[in-house]
Amino acid sequence: MKEFKTIAPGEELLNVENVTLRFGGVKAITDVSFNIKKGEVRAIIGPNGAGKTSMLNVINGFYHPQEGRITYRGATRSKMRPHVAAAQGIARTFQNVALFKGMTTLDNIMVGRTLKMQKPFFWHVFRHGPAMQEEIEHRKFVEEIIDFLEIEHIRKTPVGKLPYGLQKRVELGRALAMQPELLLLDEPMAGMNLEEKEDMCRFILDTKEQYGTTIALIEHDIGVVMDLSDRVCVLEYGLKIADGTPEEVKANQKVIDAYLGVAH
Amino acid sequence: MFYREAGQFKKTYAADMAVFPILQDRIGLGIILFIAAVVIPLTGSTFFISSVMIPFLVFSLAAMGLNIVTGYTGLISLGSAAFMGVGAFACFKLTTSFPNVNILVWILASGFFSAVIGALFAIPSLRIKGFYLAVATLAAQFFLEWCFVRIPWLYNYSASGAIQVPQRTLFGHIITGANATPTTRYLVLLAIVVFMTWIASNILHGRVGRTFMAVRDMDIAAELMGIRLLPAKLTAFALSSFYCGVAGAVMVTLWYTGGEASDLFNIRQSFYILFMVIIGGLGSLLGCFLGSALLNIVPLVLKYGLPSIGIAIASETAEHINHLLVGALIIFILIVEPHGMARLWQITKQKLRTWPFPY
Repeated sequence: MKEFKTIAPGEELLNVENVTLRFGGVKAITDVSFNIKKGEVRAIIGPNGAGKTSMLNVINGFYHPQEGRITYRGATRSKMRPHVAAAQGIARTFQNVALFKGMTTLDNIMVGRTLKMQKPFFWHVFRHGPAMQEEIEHRKFVEEIIDFLEIEHIRKTPVGKLPYGLQKRVELGRALAMQPELLLLDEPMAGMNLEEKEDMCRFILDTKEQYGTTIALIEHDIGVVMDLSDRVCVLEYGLKIADGTPEEVKANQKVIDAYLGVAH
Repeated sequence: MFYREAGQFKKTYAADMAVFPILQDRIGLGIILFIAAVVIPLTGSTFFISSVMIPFLVFSLAAMGLNIVTGYTGLISLGSAAFMGVGAFACFKLTTSFPNVNILVWILASGFFSAVIGALFAIPSLRIKGFYLAVATLAAQFFLEWCFVRIPWLYNYSASGAIQVPQRTLFGHIITGANATPTTRYLVLLAIVVFMTWIASNILHGRVGRTFMAVRDMDIAAELMGIRLLPAKLTAFALSSFYCGVAGAVMVTLWYTGGEASDLFNIRQSFYILFMVIIGGLGSLLGCFLGSALLNIVPLVLKYGLPSIGIAIASETAEHINHLLVGALIIFILIVEPHGMARLWQITKQKLRTWPFPY
């Protein structure tokens, strides 16, 4: 495996250069470049079908772009598998909740610790000694996350039975359990009411402050995006049309046209 | 009322993560084990032990194997009987080739043979799912069944093609062969099943079990958590085949003392085990026992129970009614409670907690 640098806050953590992704004749992403700096909240916005989710899929290795380069923590890669991305510290939540429905909240978040648990199979056969120590150690960490997200009461509930807002919160918890360097959030507030959105915003900001996690955020609620993010990247039809601070983006004529439409 | 955990405080994570965190469960398990290990051997008739309890335990073990791969990992397998066969023939070959080694060692060792073969046939499982995987495991079923008949080396060139495990002893007691008493065979089998269930519960409650369930519920998200799908699925298949293999080994050593033809491990047996898992409950260890109990007891009640209370029933009729009943039961369970009898027990437990004041 390649060498990974430790990135100081404010420096470039991820750099996407000229990435193009095609599905047959359809171009999902065309020649997009942007970077994410350590410690910032980076929003990716755009109308439906702009290629935002495809971009996240490229970053964590589900899709392999035909052209372009991605540099993460100083190492350049073109093709990689999702579990490798996970090992390198990229965590992710999904647009439509992708929790393990048959398992409890606790177990779901414990799965997020899988990569940190490396005791050999042998000990698991007896569930004693090192395997049990490891379980308890990680359980402590998971309890901290449960505490952080205020989901103590649903610890032992199968997540399939939970309301949507809580499911989204558990999914954030599962991603946080990986102690990621870079957290990709795909519409964490879709379909929520105002109160739930405010809670979620608070958790995102707290995550950034407490754990120092870098966050890439896709969101349709422009108010939320403008308040939370440090820099915004706007995509439309797979092309990048604007990039900059929320104020700059807000004033950009192309962005206004993309969102409101123009008379031809 | 009977099932309240109020007042049982857990002060450590270890206590909270125990398999049976509630005191009543632990007492109940103790009583069941006591009945199984002391009351039944002392009071049960030879018929009850050899025709009810022994098949029940053997099939519970096989169902456990299938449940690991189908219930916990979500991969359908129709080759469980063939993997049982691998275990059975491996055990037979091992004990006839090395008669001095204790038979218990060979019973457990034969599981490894079937684990290797199971993992081999599981390689396509990364690419294919659902029905297609079921068909791929059917290939294992047919191929292995063919091997059991066509490779005479496996049954030591005996004329009938049947395998008969010779007499073996443990601590001076005869436990296999025609001279072993049903009670001894039952006790040895019980010990093996209890041990294997304990191991399965350990594995499934820890990291490995969570990995399996994550793959079952959402494989994309599992991959994102750093779980590599192929190794996870291969482990599940290997573990499942290990259990099936041991079930097959105990079947020939401790159940069929008189020797049995090689078509014992046919596709019907595979389906029979699958029905047990579905009726008992996918993804539940308790379900394996419940499903196996139900499917073993229904035919016996029809065959021997009804005549004993004065309802004469021909044995062919009993056989037919049995098929009808099992079929109807499967449809009924799938509609009413897709999670099987284990879920029904959970619901009962929930009701018992608050009974008689449900509000």
